[in-house]
Amino acid sequence: MSSKVRRKPRIAVFKFASCDGCQLSLLDAEDELLGIAGALDIAYFPEASRSMGTGPYEIGLVEGSITTHHDAERIQEVRRQCKTLITIGACATAGGIQALRNWKDVDEFIRIVYATPKFINTLKLSTPVAEHVPVDFELRGCPINKHQLIEVITATLAGRKPNAPTYSVCMECKRKGTVCIAVAQGVACLGPVTQAGCGALCPSFDRGCYACFGPMESPNTGSLSNQLRILGQNNAEITRAFRSFNAWAWQFRKASEESERT
Amino acid sequence: MHAPALLTLDQLARLVPALHSRGYQVVGPTVRDGAIVYDVLEGISDLPVGWTDEQEAGRYRLRRRNDDALFGYVVGPQSWKKYVHPAEVRLLTAERSGHTFRILNNDPSPPRRAFLGVRACELAAIAVQDRVLQGDRYRDPIYAARREGIFIVAVNCTQAAPTCFCTSMGTGPRVRGAYDLALTELVGPGKHEFVIEAGSDAGAEVLAELAPSAPSEAVCQEAEAAVERAASQIQRRMDTTGIRDLLYTNFDHPRWDNVAQRCLTCANCTMVCPTCFCTTVEDVSDVTGMHAERWRKWDSCFTQNFSYIHGGNIRSSAKSRYRQWMTHKLASWIDQFGSSGCVGCGRCITWCPVGIDITEEVRAIRESPASSKESSHGNP
Repeated sequence: MSSKVRRKPRIAVFKFASCDGCQLSLLDAEDELLGIAGALDIAYFPEASRSMGTGPYEIGLVEGSITTHHDAERIQEVRRQCKTLITIGACATAGGIQALRNWKDVDEFIRIVYATPKFINTLKLSTPVAEHVPVDFELRGCPINKHQLIEVITATLAGRKPNAPTYSVCMECKRKGTVCIAVAQGVACLGPVTQAGCGALCPSFDRGCYACFGPMESPNTGSLSNQLRILGQNNAEITRAFRSFNAWAWQFRKASEESERT
Repeated sequence: MHAPALLTLDQLARLVPALHSRGYQVVGPTVRDGAIVYDVLEGISDLPVGWTDEQEAGRYRLRRRNDDALFGYVVGPQSWKKYVHPAEVRLLTAERSGHTFRILNNDPSPPRRAFLGVRACELAAIAVQDRVLQGDRYRDPIYAARREGIFIVAVNCTQAAPTCFCTSMGTGPRVRGAYDLALTELVGPGKHEFVIEAGSDAGAEVLAELAPSAPSEAVCQEAEAAVERAASQIQRRMDTTGIRDLLYTNFDHPRWDNVAQRCLTCANCTMVCPTCFCTTVEDVSDVTGMHAERWRKWDSCFTQNFSYIHGGNIRSSAKSRYRQWMTHKLASWIDQFGSSGCVGCGRCITWCPVGIDITEEVRAIRESPASSKESSHGNP
């Protein structure tokens, strides 16, 4: 038995433009939280603790999109400080709901919203972290699924590939035995083009999938858009359906722009 | 061969308690979430009494019937494979202890089940899965443990959906093969009875307890006519003549590009198919590293990971994946397992979110087969 005590890997949680919901998933992991705290030194997590341990860190979780010049600089430093960089949530992986501004005039927003527009220094686009620095793993979702987060952390610690499939939500519906609401009820559902991971939550409650987990590995958005038209959706509705939490993910962006043009 | 018998509705109602008393968990069709699914039944009142289904490509709706038929519908989104070839099953649990680990196997053994309401195409699908999963030297113990001792109450179809094509695949609508009991429902004004036949000694023994009467010749003919009526309702056709060679010689047919434009690669067709059997294995561990599990889950040839081998994905396009699925189902399955992998149940047609129709895809290829050199090569 070695007398050397192995230092616990250090983890840091960083926030950019986001609502904090994804990093709260870590605190929400009640059953596993003690295990995580036992396996990791939670060095930097301002949402949870005032202790601000400095880098470097073995694992960095990044929430939020890059929306300011300051963000764009800070993410470079975060990358330098983290051996494994994992982005969590639709903001960090696709630009988030705030990427809706990418189709609008940001200067006009600033003029209308802020009393003193000159104090606002923002980028024209809200972009995912991977457009700025190399990312080791992107965990999808709005918000992320806490079981997937624990799986990604566990897999990273164990040095194995996380089980985070990139196929459609339909696979999860069918494995659960959930009846397809698109076929049986004519509900507009984005499940066939959306990545699994949520456990097919909405279709289990008779709601169409909102695509919170972004595009699946090979989304045929054109074919699904045609089907949505058959189900009675107009082009404005189809544009809106693709233009939500993952609007700036290129496959959804292309789909929404196509239906907008049609 | 057992002679046909006749049951009233009240006599049939004794079937579920009779099966319960023999230790079976009875599973069968029931209404849930706007469809007829398979679940545990406590009695025949849990069946979809007075319901029917409307089906077409990409569309399914439940409708009320104007009678109280128990089996007045065809097949729903689920198949019996969910019981014998579960969507998710734990293969093992491992616990670390000191410098070693222990494999635990404490999962309870599956219940003995009775399947109530198995249609002809589904009986054929069970036979296909039997061949694939336990009919060869590679026997799947998970399937075998669940399959063994199942009591099958089959039902002859007396109506068909527009998506049905069992007559093309030679599987229905009359049940054939291994069942314990097979019944035909006769329902009409002032009449609700069942012509029932035992297909095994176990079936005959259960049937005797229900105290059936002997049906008249006229009733037997009526039951025959009801099944004939279902057969005559079937409009969808798949011409299976030489289908293996047809598909083998048309790998480059332009129709594959056409279907790839519509295919969502969502995998619904494979999930609802009663014979699709592919699985993946996932290892999971907890954050402490003290506990690990290995799970087997339904997989699909429509996922990228399915055809990932060292260095990359060998079927990255939707075209190659749809072609793989259909060619395996209808052609290479014959080489591999001695029969078609398709039983004509029509689930892949109904439950495809964009209504892709396998019979239509075959027809399109047959109507303009490859005339290029590949088609004549090695082909009689």
